[in-house]
Amino acid sequence: MAWDRNQMAARAAQELQDGWYVNLGIGIPTLVSNYIPDGIEVTLQSENGMLGMGPFPTEDEIDPDLINAGKQTITELPQTAYFDSAESFAMIRGGKIAMAILGAMEVAENGDLANWMIPGKLVKGMGGAMDLVAGVGRVVVVMDHTNKHGVSKLLKECTLPLTGKGVVDRIITNLGVLDVVEGGLKVVELAPDVTQDQIEAATEATLV
Amino acid sequence: MNKIYASAAEALDGLLKDGMFIAAGGFGLCGIPELLLNAIRDAGTKDLTFASNNAGVDDFGIGILLQSKQVKKMMSSYVGENAEFMRQYLSGELELEFNPQGTLAERMRAGGAGIPGFYTKTGVGTVIAEGKEHKDFDGETYILERGIVADLSIIKAWKADETGNLIFRKTARNFNVPAGKCGRVCVAEVEEIVPVGSLDPDLIHMPGIYVHRIIQGEHEKRIEQRTIREA
Repeated sequence: MAWDRNQMAARAAQELQDGWYVNLGIGIPTLVSNYIPDGIEVTLQSENGMLGMGPFPTEDEIDPDLINAGKQTITELPQTAYFDSAESFAMIRGGKIAMAILGAMEVAENGDLANWMIPGKLVKGMGGAMDLVAGVGRVVVVMDHTNKHGVSKLLKECTLPLTGKGVVDRIITNLGVLDVVEGGLKVVELAPDVTQDQIEAATEATLV
Repeated sequence: MNKIYASAAEALDGLLKDGMFIAAGGFGLCGIPELLLNAIRDAGTKDLTFASNNAGVDDFGIGILLQSKQVKKMMSSYVGENAEFMRQYLSGELELEFNPQGTLAERMRAGGAGIPGFYTKTGVGTVIAEGKEHKDFDGETYILERGIVADLSIIKAWKADETGNLIFRKTARNFNVPAGKCGRVCVAEVEEIVPVGSLDPDLIHMPGIYVHRIIQGEHEKRIEQRTIREA
């Protein structure tokens, strides 16, 4: 059984370490906050200007002045701090954020990441993703292993415009966990009942 | 010297020119200078270049100036919430310069701080780096990005005192501080103007030296993604 979205998020939450400041991207990475292990305290950074992001609000708690980087309403915590966008990216670029967990369209075997643009089709922008991958200590990508046609999204080389070059450390897909190492990707964990043969068949990138 | 104006239109009087370059605060629809944007639409100023993280939605924020075809160029990091934007961009009516979000914020901050350029790792090896000076420091490659100085800054704060000292609220601070500092003239709209002496000097987010004109008004504060949990 391959992992579903929530199981991928739960697996990604195992990457967190006590005391870390972490930035979670939009989509599956946002779900990671639901699975932070007991005994681990992490502070979530939202790049629009907040450290210490709380859960989504109840109807009564909704505040238009309090949103996350995905523009969703959220809440604050007792330890929350607010700051402006230049300060926010100073801490990102300055290496103060231990890890970012991001989504991806493509990852290459050398750690190149593409997650912001499909030329001629999708022109939304990179937001803070290029700054995050350039600045944070560790980049973990959570993504489906293949597209809906079964074609690998872990490639020898990215075909889409890059978000960052050689920036990805670890990839968590529905089939397992892979690290970017010298010479290619290394499978470090398989999802339950997924075989090495299955993951090899679903991967274009060189597996070492 | 009086910085307080009765309306957004009066606060912008004499400042607007066709073809000008405006830096605007806000992130998504949070903390945008909605009253000043409405006044710019009413003034009909054309061929505007905006440095703004986002472009609003079709009928709110900078989106209203796209509807009225007043914008020539956007410098932004993310424009995904605006169908009219996409239509004008894909048809070639609108210029777009994508900036990584942190690079855009730092370009504004630097411009306001008298720093004409800075080196950053962000974007190295991507299309963002094309045509920019590359330089190695301590074995790592960086690219040169330019500071931004705008003709006009329009921002939104929570409270101002009569001298323009500003306090923001929660994540509505966002780009308002760097955008506010990078303009030759800055106009701030606030929810409340309070008498001098009623703000704690230790808790001022943006000193009044950066703020030239202030208006107080009612804000719609539209929510883009209303997301709740069960109580």
